[in-house]
Amino acid sequence: MNSATGSPGARILGLGHYRPSKVLTNDDIAAFVDTNDAWIRDRVGVVTRHIAADDESVVDMAVAAAGKALAAAGAEADSIDLVVTATCTLEASLPGASATIATRLGIPGPGAFDLNAACAGFCYGLTVADDAIRCGSAQRVLLIGAEKLSAWVDWTDRSTCIIFGDAAGAAVIGGSETTGIGPVVWGSDGTRAGAITIPGRDAAMHMEGQAVFRWATTTMGKVALEACRRAGVAPEDIAIVVPHQANLRIVDAIVRQLGATNAVVARDIVDSGNTSAASIPLALSRLVERGEARTGDDVLVLAFGAGLTFAGQVITCP
Amino acid sequence: MTTDEIQTGLAEILEEVAGILPADVSPEKSFTDDLDVDSLSMVEVVVAAEEKFDVKIPDDEVKNLRTVGDAVAYIEKHGAAA
Ligand SMILES: CC(C)(COP(=O)(O)OP(=O)(O)OC[C@H]1O[C@@H](n2cnc3c(N)ncnc32)[C@H](O)[C@@H]1OP(=O)(O)O)[C@@H](O)C(=O)NCCC(=O)NCCS
Repeated sequence: MNSATGSPGARILGLGHYRPSKVLTNDDIAAFVDTNDAWIRDRVGVVTRHIAADDESVVDMAVAAAGKALAAAGAEADSIDLVVTATCTLEASLPGASATIATRLGIPGPGAFDLNAACAGFCYGLTVADDAIRCGSAQRVLLIGAEKLSAWVDWTDRSTCIIFGDAAGAAVIGGSETTGIGPVVWGSDGTRAGAITIPGRDAAMHMEGQAVFRWATTTMGKVALEACRRAGVAPEDIAIVVPHQANLRIVDAIVRQLGATNAVVARDIVDSGNTSAASIPLALSRLVERGEARTGDDVLVLAFGAGLTFAGQVITCP
Repeated sequence: MTTDEIQTGLAEILEEVAGILPADVSPEKSFTDDLDVDSLSMVEVVVAAEEKFDVKIPDDEVKNLRTVGDAVAYIEKHGAAA
């Protein structure tokens, strides 16, 4: 039997993002639950978040972000042979999103599947794409993180509804001579499966906030350090840190533990909220758009969420 | 580790996590009322203390640690160095 031959390395060729037009402020939320702007800024770090329209789907947002990523990469739609969408908030459980997204973008018949590792999904997808390209299962991958959390949170529960937002982010990943996606550090802790759940079709999100906070601030700094060690990049040489935008206090704790003293740190949660699997490509794409992340920069990405699951790696900025 | 050393170590953690001046840290000070350590900073303080003093501080125990003195006493009693 023959085996496939892949590319020596893989890297991100272009990024894109999309946020719905409707903006929800903390004061807007304080009008319907007992909370206030100062508390939300202080404990979570969110000031505004974007909320999808009722008739705007996860697929709609994914298509918008992916179209921009294709343009940024200078990639023709028909050059994509695998589409992977990280999401945990689809309206329906069948069909998955990726085949429809491909069709809407004019990508003819690629391999297509969705990936659910909750908020960590995009970082899982980076390694799936890297492996596929290096092993020869795919030449060019469209990886998307897209979420409509607004459809799944209980808008009367002030411990969750203040945190989340809707968005999509996407990356086109292709072969390269050098490594552009470093070794992954990933893992899970199923003993804490109950910490973040959406238990059923008509149920809303339930979250044990403090337990998640403790877990993230205890373990993610070490994961970040290990991802740097495996990539062979010293923390002080990391140019950009993009932790999952779960809570600004968690972001700060991870960066402090990592010792990435010279890095630009993504603080996209401030005006996007926590957008689950979309948060990392959204935050990185916006840093690139603003010129704060530059081509060739070493970027540490690190995500964690329900499962509990986590994954992180050092990547090269497109 | 002496009581003083534990208190000094705890003050270092409070400075790093919550920006509290070591001079403001004394046994009778309440974390929330006097030092403005909110529930999330308290989690970070506990996590850092577990590491520094090689001690387990379960979630249920955290709410009993009202003052700096409470925390020092807990670490003295349960820490590896005890
Ligand atoms: C959700 C989270 C912000 C809650 O913060 P917390 O400090 O743990 O909140 P608590 O429930 O302990 O409440 C602390 C105080 O704030 C109050 N409070 C809680 N939610 C509030 C809100 N939305 N507005 C105003 N006050 C609020 C509580 O009543 C309590 O007051 P008290 O001390 O007077 O009793 C925080 O736990 C968190 O962000 N955790 C991480 C979750 C996360 O990252 N999830 C995503 C992972 S992908």
